[in-house]
Amino acid sequence: MPDPRRRPGRSRRYSAAALLRHGLRGDAWPPAWRHHDLRPSYDVVIVGGGVHGLATAYYLARNHGITNVAVLEKSYLGGGGSGRNTAILRSNYLTPEGVRFYDRSLQLYERLATELNFNVMFSRRGHLTLAHSDSSLRTMRWRAEVNKACGVDSEVVGPDDVTRLVPFMDVSHQPRYPILGALYHPPGGVIRHDAVVWGYARAGDAMGVHLHQDTELTGIDVRAGRVTGVRTNRGRIGTSVVLNCTAGWSSLVAGLAGVRLPVQTFPLQAAVTEPVRPFLHTVVVSGTLHVYVSQTDRGELVFGASVDPFGSYSTRGSVEFVEGVASHVLQLMPSLAPLRLLRQWAGLCDMTPDFAPIMGATEVDGFLVDVGWGTYGFKAGPVAGEAMAECIATGSTPELVSAFGLDRFSTGRLVGEKGAAAVGH
Amino acid sequence: MILIPCPWCGPRDAGEFGYGGEIVPRPDPRTATPERWRDYLYLRANVAGWQTERWYHRMGCRRLLTVRRNTVTGEVRPAAEAVER
Repeated sequence: MPDPRRRPGRSRRYSAAALLRHGLRGDAWPPAWRHHDLRPSYDVVIVGGGVHGLATAYYLARNHGITNVAVLEKSYLGGGGSGRNTAILRSNYLTPEGVRFYDRSLQLYERLATELNFNVMFSRRGHLTLAHSDSSLRTMRWRAEVNKACGVDSEVVGPDDVTRLVPFMDVSHQPRYPILGALYHPPGGVIRHDAVVWGYARAGDAMGVHLHQDTELTGIDVRAGRVTGVRTNRGRIGTSVVLNCTAGWSSLVAGLAGVRLPVQTFPLQAAVTEPVRPFLHTVVVSGTLHVYVSQTDRGELVFGASVDPFGSYSTRGSVEFVEGVASHVLQLMPSLAPLRLLRQWAGLCDMTPDFAPIMGATEVDGFLVDVGWGTYGFKAGPVAGEAMAECIATGSTPELVSAFGLDRFSTGRLVGEKGAAAVGH
Repeated sequence: MILIPCPWCGPRDAGEFGYGGEIVPRPDPRTATPERWRDYLYLRANVAGWQTERWYHRMGCRRLLTVRRNTVTGEVRPAAEAVER
């Protein structure tokens, strides 16, 4: 058994040779990250061990050389929204700000496996957003043109192309919402969301970041408008910088620092079917029917929907969701009727009034937020982490995220992404 | 599924209702400052626990009602009873 305190060296690099060596020897793989006691103080404390928190910790260490960083996670790494989303990546947003932002995220995702030395199983299989009315077809055209102007590959396609891309799709005029066309976005795809979390965690740990699981934040000490430390169920930590990356619980965490956020927590449910042979090679989304479908590498079909009709902190599944998602999927692909659902789950989304995130400083010095990611936070993990790391290291807000400050709700400069983000993806 | 106690129709499935969210008192528009309006429009307590909130019985009596709901457990009580606690 290797000493878990040992700094990981090149020997821990994952490779075909390492796989063969471990396979022949039959010995256990070393843990991907270590357990630590709490230090009395850290330069930066990140609350929330999901993709946003871990990516920020990783980029703080890699891009800015700040390694005296703690990530606090009240449960296990990736147990919140990072492990509950439907793992879809895309950058076909409506506003140029949104397109540029998510395109940067896709670029980072693209080289993540090599960079982190961790197979994140990114599959660029194309993303199809269906249009069921003339007006939504017009919006698709608009999005396609904005995308192209920003250098992102998107095109409006007709029902014939939809049939070619997606077998079993009902493109007749029979359904209540016939398919008139779609926005086809070839760079979109799916990724293994747990692997992204584990990859960032392992790479951050290797550079000296402390990952503290089962460590719940119980208080934030603020003196004269400045953060001085945090209290946890394992003890107090002195720090001058706290970053809140906690999704559904973000307003509660901000409340500990005395900061109020314009967010409301809603559950978002998803479900998977039993595995079947691979047939669905693209991600299919219908905004009108509030459903999105993709097939995993295991063959299961993943179904997602919009958030629940009322706010809640409950992660229990509901019968109404299953009824709704099943009927909507069957309107698109009637031949899926014999499939059975294997399981369903819910994740908590912190929804903002304008469906855009809140990033950057707050009125409390040293208390920063990367929250309000609602139903679309996973795909932004890398770019949000990169931007927040820059924000912490330089003390200034990067241009890419300057539109997403908390002060926009006072100045009235909201970022209207509802058109492209309100439906999950 | 949760049941909403409608004072006029009795306990009914939440699917019959529209969700109005937590109740935020409306400030007087003649005297409210822009900050006050921001608070009223956007800021919410978003509590994990008991919340007083508005629902609209759109598939029933079509009237607005107030209930207390626990946002963690899903338990719902009529507002009057909860206020007395």
